[in-house]
Amino acid sequence: MDKRVESENLVETIEIEVLRYRPEQDIGPITQRFSVPYSNTMSVLEALQQIKDEQDPTLSFRWSCRMAICGSCGMMINGVPKLACRTFLHEYYPARISVAPLKHFPIERDLVIAAAQYIRKLESIKPYIVPREPRSLEQGEYLQSPAQVERYKQFSTCINCMLCYAACPQFGLDSKFLGPGVLSLAPRYNADSRDGARDERMAMMHTDEGVWGCTAVGYCSEVCPKDVDPANAVNQNKMTSALDYFLRFVMPGRTT
Amino acid sequence: MSEQRMSAQRPYIRSTDGWWRDNPYYVRYMLREFSSLLVYAYGLVLLVGLVRLSQGEAAYDQWLEALRNPWALAFHGVMLLVLLYHTWSWFEIMPKTLPAIRLGGKRLSDGAINVIGLAAALVCCAALYGVALWLAR
Amino acid sequence: MARTLKRSNAPIFWLLFGAGGLIAALIGPMLVYLSGIGGPLGIGVPEGMMSYPRMLAFSQHWAGKLFLFVVTTLILWHAALRIYHTLHDLGFHTGKVLTSSLYGLTLIFTLIAAYALLSVSF
Repeated sequence: MDKRVESENLVETIEIEVLRYRPEQDIGPITQRFSVPYSNTMSVLEALQQIKDEQDPTLSFRWSCRMAICGSCGMMINGVPKLACRTFLHEYYPARISVAPLKHFPIERDLVIAAAQYIRKLESIKPYIVPREPRSLEQGEYLQSPAQVERYKQFSTCINCMLCYAACPQFGLDSKFLGPGVLSLAPRYNADSRDGARDERMAMMHTDEGVWGCTAVGYCSEVCPKDVDPANAVNQNKMTSALDYFLRFVMPGRTT
Repeated sequence: MSEQRMSAQRPYIRSTDGWWRDNPYYVRYMLREFSSLLVYAYGLVLLVGLVRLSQGEAAYDQWLEALRNPWALAFHGVMLLVLLYHTWSWFEIMPKTLPAIRLGGKRLSDGAINVIGLAAALVCCAALYGVALWLAR
Repeated sequence: MARTLKRSNAPIFWLLFGAGGLIAALIGPMLVYLSGIGGPLGIGVPEGMMSYPRMLAFSQHWAGKLFLFVVTTLILWHAALRIYHTLHDLGFHTGKVLTSSLYGLTLIFTLIAAYALLSVSF
């Protein structure tokens, strides 16, 4: 990785303070400071990569695409959930930047958090099209009008980065809460004209771990890098769930 | 995805104590929620008024006189601010609770909903004032 | 994967919360002014607006009863739900005892309001 050298051989540097945790040697997390050569095009991810390549190869963190689409590099940057590849040193320079693993998740090592529970929750709402009716190849592809796509498009841009979970205090207080991300992906499929599994997904959402665990803090939508607006997705479904709660007796055969 | 391979030796779980203190966004949220204690107190003031009313003129007049006490006036002054804040924060969060409303092809923006809500509150407050004036003419 | 599918009863309280919150948002400020500042002090309101004869007449009419009952009780229910969540957010254990005390108390207040308004007669 080439060092970006400013005029007269002076290398401007910026301090990165990382929350480290090595279970085999640390009792709990500790902070460690690194000095990284600064350039005004570098992202926090690149700074971490510089540290790992040139200073401390044991620094552990997740990353992949470097362009805010894979959702791997979510972390707390100065206490705010952000994607490291999309957060730039120049936004903070010359002040020190603190980097910590995503809040509300157990830390596995350094900046790597345990995501297995999130994956399980995601699986539980069937994040795929369950065909409304059987369809053969001969029938050809599904046709959707722009209006039909509009109904779910916003929620489909989720990249599973989990920043909203780091933002959500209700998830922080109770990890059984399905959370903003999963509760936004459920409507993505429910609102899709091709899908027929709405009833099964709504059964998950009608619970206290579903939409009713949300208290409309709204911070999840503030931090979402893809403008999914999970606060909107979840709170819209409170009305849906409430109506269903009362109407299920009046109209048998509706969602249970 | 094997749970064994993904799990750490000793995952570290961080405390959530004082979670709302460091972030201005959370502080505003807690202020909004804390205001509920005062709102409940105001509801009780109204309730006591109803009970006093049902107990006859002497009891009611005592309650009315108590409202003229400086402490009571100060409380209501604070309540006025709290309820103005409630009105503001209610319509601030309202766009999140509504499905997309489309007018002429374009989606109604969050800002538009804020403004419409606040305008509605202004109209309703004016209407309440008008009705009070008319009833007491 | 065993996940509880117990439907929540939150909708009942949420609708009460929403109705109370909306009413408070639409008329709350003016209500506080009339009932707690302008009314008792006679500022910006007609003479004797909050006097016993006037308030009695208002509460004897069915519309007056409805207004007073709805406004008072929904404000209490709205605030009750918010208090519940605030306590939870602060880390209190919001178990059955706390929940039933809070909502039970609010229910008692609701009944008191109804009784007071009905005993004022028509």
